[in-house]
Amino acid sequence: MAAVLTRNIIKKFGEVPAISGITLSVPDGEFMVLLGPSGCGKTTFLRIICGLERQTSGDLMIDGNLVNDIPPRARGVAMMFQSYGLYPHYTVRKNIAFPLRTQRVPGPQIEMKVEWASHLLGIGHLLDRRPRQLSGGERQRVALARALVREPTALLLDEPLSNLDAKLRASARQEIKQFQQRVGVTTIYVTHDQIEAMGMGDRIAVIDHGRVRQVGTPATIYDDPADQFVATFLGSPPMNLIARNGGYLGFRPENFLPKEMADDGNTTEFSFHVDRSEYLGSERIVYGRIKGIDGNQVITAKLPPAHVAAESIRPGEWCSFAVRNGALRYFDKDGQRTGRH
Amino acid sequence: MVAIAEPVAKPVSRFRFVLDRRDVLGAIFVAPAILYVLLLVGAPFLLAMYYAVSAYTIYDPSWRFVGMANFEQIVRNPVFLQTLGNTFLFTFGSQLLGLILGKFGAFLLMRPFPGRRLVRALIILPWAVPVALATVAWEWMFDSLYSVINWTMIAVGIITRSQAPNWLGNPHLAMLCVIVVNAWRFFPFAIVVFLAGITSVPQDVIDAATVDGAGFWRRNYQIILPMIFPIVAVGLIFGIVFTFTDLSIVFLLTNGGPVNATSVLGFEGFQVGILSGDVSHGAAISLFMLPVLLFVVIGRLRFIRGREI
Repeated sequence: MAAVLTRNIIKKFGEVPAISGITLSVPDGEFMVLLGPSGCGKTTFLRIICGLERQTSGDLMIDGNLVNDIPPRARGVAMMFQSYGLYPHYTVRKNIAFPLRTQRVPGPQIEMKVEWASHLLGIGHLLDRRPRQLSGGERQRVALARALVREPTALLLDEPLSNLDAKLRASARQEIKQFQQRVGVTTIYVTHDQIEAMGMGDRIAVIDHGRVRQVGTPATIYDDPADQFVATFLGSPPMNLIARNGGYLGFRPENFLPKEMADDGNTTEFSFHVDRSEYLGSERIVYGRIKGIDGNQVITAKLPPAHVAAESIRPGEWCSFAVRNGALRYFDKDGQRTGRH
Repeated sequence: MVAIAEPVAKPVSRFRFVLDRRDVLGAIFVAPAILYVLLLVGAPFLLAMYYAVSAYTIYDPSWRFVGMANFEQIVRNPVFLQTLGNTFLFTFGSQLLGLILGKFGAFLLMRPFPGRRLVRALIILPWAVPVALATVAWEWMFDSLYSVINWTMIAVGIITRSQAPNWLGNPHLAMLCVIVVNAWRFFPFAIVVFLAGITSVPQDVIDAATVDGAGFWRRNYQIILPMIFPIVAVGLIFGIVFTFTDLSIVFLLTNGGPVNATSVLGFEGFQVGILSGDVSHGAAISLFMLPVLLFVVIGRLRFIRGREI
């Protein structure tokens, strides 16, 4: 039985459609990531699951119960906000205890649960401080503790890492994922960052303009994109798409290699003019144009740093590049994935 | 050998760029305000202090120094003690009522409804309307014969003609009237202060409280109001200072009556010092406001600092 199940959720703000029919099922214990660009409706969707917004139509079931008309506090969900939403005038202890106080949990039990939650997140030594005396990472852990103290059916996270600096983000990502695996709570995580999504999600739902484009494991989404949007949204640099035979042919930069490197018999060749090359240490990004394709379209190739063939690529030259046929992806004129054409 | 003329540095006048200097320009801009405070507040204050320890009246303009005699005479006067009590009652009663009305008004004005913009503009009127105009209107509303309040109550059947209260003639009711009028004048200011505070609370905190299970009352009283307390406290300081020193409403509505029931310090000081001509005693009465105000302002500011979010 799914912990969270949505059926054809539609949300309109006046005449403006924010969500145009999302049906999603999140099994118990899964880490589901909602990935999409800004404004695609993922945060609105999360807020609908939480109960802070009401959907225009569609059903929402949490733990098997229909919760359309039930207020947030009775749904069994807990949310962690982008800027944490800690109560600035309360100590950490009272922040974590607040959700239990609203449920009128008896005092000794509150103490116990606060201790448990704070130990789980390693913030036991911070209980008597106020939020303004904590660092970004510590505040995040307090917000998590406050969310978990009620032992919710589903934990909802709204871009929790976007307020952290880049270095802290990587370690926080690690912590959250490990922590979720240890506790086993069903988690729905919203982000626009594909690295976070690929690194943390058990499954990813790619959302664009209020619709789910594809749901699948990171590997499926990356290797088998259902449409052009998913194909170009994931991957950095994004997938190269060239017009071919009334549709599009796509290949990822890491599969677009000098002929000598890609040669295993079954390849498609291109004549590639190198315009510019960027050496990034762990890889080399080469920008250029393909013969026969529109001169304004920039094609990227991602090469490993230290191969002989890679080092012989110089700007201004025409080289022979190739892609393994198994790495080619075909899309029709509407952007939907098709077989070979 | 040819003597090469050395270029002579032309001396730049020291005053040419003087207005570009921040300290100079700043001083020039602030000077009128400081002058204002010194001339219209500082000088009268010093004069009042002098008058209070002299025996100056307009009938006998003597600058004879009498020490604390004026203060002792005032304190022994029972009317003065009543005045002091009235002032506190008036101040805290009207502030409390104004705050409560302001808080509810702010919450009502937060939710969108048709005509909200108009209401928000009109709500400032009690604060903005000249006090004399407003008080005369209220005087008619409290009139013993023509009170519209009494008329309404009689028409609805709550009371009969003979039971109609004499608002300004009854000592307790008169104080209530004065408190109500002052609260009415103060509550738009309170609404603005509360609105400013409430809208400054981050939406995430309110959402978090909703998800954590806080209903309307808990959200307001345990989350929002404590968070905006510093802003409200500053507004309250303004309100207390203005009300404590105010004489206009008492002067216009009840003239201190009936029988000193609504006499407040500002009014009494004016009455004794200006209307009756006893400048030295009037000054002493006025100076009684100073320690209380200082205490209130300093106390509040320290309290706020301790609770800064």
